[in-house]
Amino acid sequence: MQRRHLIQTAGLTALALSMSLANAQDSNKFKIGLILPMTGQQASTGRQIEAAARLYMAQNGDTVAGKKIELIVKDDVATPDVTKRLAQELIVNDKVNVIAGFGVTPAALAAAPLATQSKTPQVVMAAATSSITEASPYIVRSSFTLPQVSVAMGDWAPKNGVKSVVTLVADYGPGNDAEKFFTERFQLNGGKVVEKLRVPLRNPDFAPFLQKVRDLKPDALFVFVPSGAGAAVMKQFIERGMDKAGIRMIATGDVTDDDQLNDMGDGALGVVTSHHYSTAHPSPANKKFVEAFQKANPKMRPNFMAVGGYDGMRVIYEALKATKGQGGGDALLAAMKGQIFESPRGPVYIDAQTRDIVQDVYLRKVEKKDGQLYNVEFDVIKGVKDPGKAK
Amino acid sequence: MLTILFDGIAYGMLLFVLAVGLAVTLGLMNFINLAHGAFAMAGGYLTVFAMQKLGVPFLACLPLAFIVVALAGALLERTLYRPMYGKPHLDQVLFSIGLAFMAVAAIDYFVGSSQQNIQLPEWLRGRTEVGDGALLLGMGHYRLFIIAVCAVLTVVLQLILSKTRFGSRLRAAVDDPRVASGLGINVNVVFLLTFAVGSGLAGLGGALGAEILGLDPTFPLKYMIYFLIVVSVGGTSSITGPLAAALLLGIADVAGKYFIPKMGAFTVYLLMILILMWRPQGLFTRKGGR
Repeated sequence: MQRRHLIQTAGLTALALSMSLANAQDSNKFKIGLILPMTGQQASTGRQIEAAARLYMAQNGDTVAGKKIELIVKDDVATPDVTKRLAQELIVNDKVNVIAGFGVTPAALAAAPLATQSKTPQVVMAAATSSITEASPYIVRSSFTLPQVSVAMGDWAPKNGVKSVVTLVADYGPGNDAEKFFTERFQLNGGKVVEKLRVPLRNPDFAPFLQKVRDLKPDALFVFVPSGAGAAVMKQFIERGMDKAGIRMIATGDVTDDDQLNDMGDGALGVVTSHHYSTAHPSPANKKFVEAFQKANPKMRPNFMAVGGYDGMRVIYEALKATKGQGGGDALLAAMKGQIFESPRGPVYIDAQTRDIVQDVYLRKVEKKDGQLYNVEFDVIKGVKDPGKAK
Repeated sequence: MLTILFDGIAYGMLLFVLAVGLAVTLGLMNFINLAHGAFAMAGGYLTVFAMQKLGVPFLACLPLAFIVVALAGALLERTLYRPMYGKPHLDQVLFSIGLAFMAVAAIDYFVGSSQQNIQLPEWLRGRTEVGDGALLLGMGHYRLFIIAVCAVLTVVLQLILSKTRFGSRLRAAVDDPRVASGLGINVNVVFLLTFAVGSGLAGLGGALGAEILGLDPTFPLKYMIYFLIVVSVGGTSSITGPLAAALLLGIADVAGKYFIPKMGAFTVYLLMILILMWRPQGLFTRKGGR
């Protein structure tokens, strides 16, 4: 009897000890739960961001303010209910300090209530619908918003001989944002939007839409489609002889995504887009970033998703440094707000009011350099705040 | 206006090549093969790799896609499909949709999920325009090429089915396998060949369609609905039925998106519902039948 009691006690003590040890170990860890689409249609987003996040850790060490950084990558296949479940698991079971990633808007929105309830900062590294940061006071964004980049085009186009435009956007959150904000700014500058076309997200054939544009004969066609579909639009645009009919193609940078640009072929030459990042951005910081990225991932070229992930990691690292490894979600969040730094894309800062990123937006033209296609920047609009927040 | 008609016909023809293989297996062999799109995807990826990695010219890729996918189809028919012939339709549906999901996951794993782009030869990229004003007819060369290939295919298939000995054997084997084998027809071989040709056609369709429809691992699921619409509207007992249905749907889809873009992709479904209410068996059906 006594002996059994002894064994039980010993066992329990051992258990308690090991648990407290595990806890002690945990308190020395800083966990980042990275929820990304690693398979499925949006997988390129996930691969880019993970590669960039790992690069940032390799460059800046995995110990910050005495804490060991642990990156937990989960695949949500860009499906919001999976995102929600993963976010819950990460927060409750793994006790992560920050959740990050989020390839698409619905995924970011699905995790937002959990971030609020658990007071966990949520760093959005990809999803780009304007309203996301309003879904939770714990959301900080390191990517961009579509209004931000479309408005820049609405400013540039009228000054450069484009008087009338037809818009063509994929019919979902970001597409509607792009359409709305481009149209408003373009009209404000005296331009005329002849027709607004929305195509289904899973559209098999762009022929009828492009033919309509051709018959309407605007000066230019403004396009936003998610990066995969961009190549198809561009090819059919050329095939239909629209460039020869005097219609120019202008777009947000998703269409000439650096990750896919080389596959699109020479048809892409001369397309003008507005975006916040190009692999060819001519700054020393970016040259270093691109070189290191390609050395670590020989077959990939960093695109705007990668830079969103890279800067997102920086925001987390700096917040951890600023709070000296102490303090919970609220302290981290406060330290994330208002960060100013030099990103590979140029100078950026995290707006303390909106928690959204403020950055330069560039106008770029596709050009060939050393046998490869690049978005070469030729004009810049400095310090663009998300226009979607100005209400 | 004519341009829209032209684009619609080309699109319809493409749908036809993609779906006709399914019409063959579904209608003639009475097997519900929802993995049909996976064979089409295989043809598409084969073309992309043959062109990018091996430098095979585009025209040579088309027969290649047909043959390789047909062989793969034959192999699968012998190993996986044949035991399923006698099973109820629900089993067949579950089995084949499972295959489709496996194909999606496999491509995703081995190739990655990004869109694949094909670089067409120069002579297929241009465009010819005739007339002007409302009668302007602009023909993309690639779409002309698709129409030509599909027209030839249709005639050949129709001839094989209605005029050759193989065609009559196939029809006999379908209508009553036991009697057919009693008459000395090797039913297994007939089915094997038919399934292989059906798969091969899907492969060819995938190779032709990659340029217009895009190619990524979700292809089999994304376009399954279109194949099924073509087959259910057209009926499955002939080649002309699916052809007419594919053309009708292609033109309706393109014209619908052109004239009422707000309706988007809905036009096709509306048309399908109306046709099926009017003729539940499909547009062209053999009287009697099964």
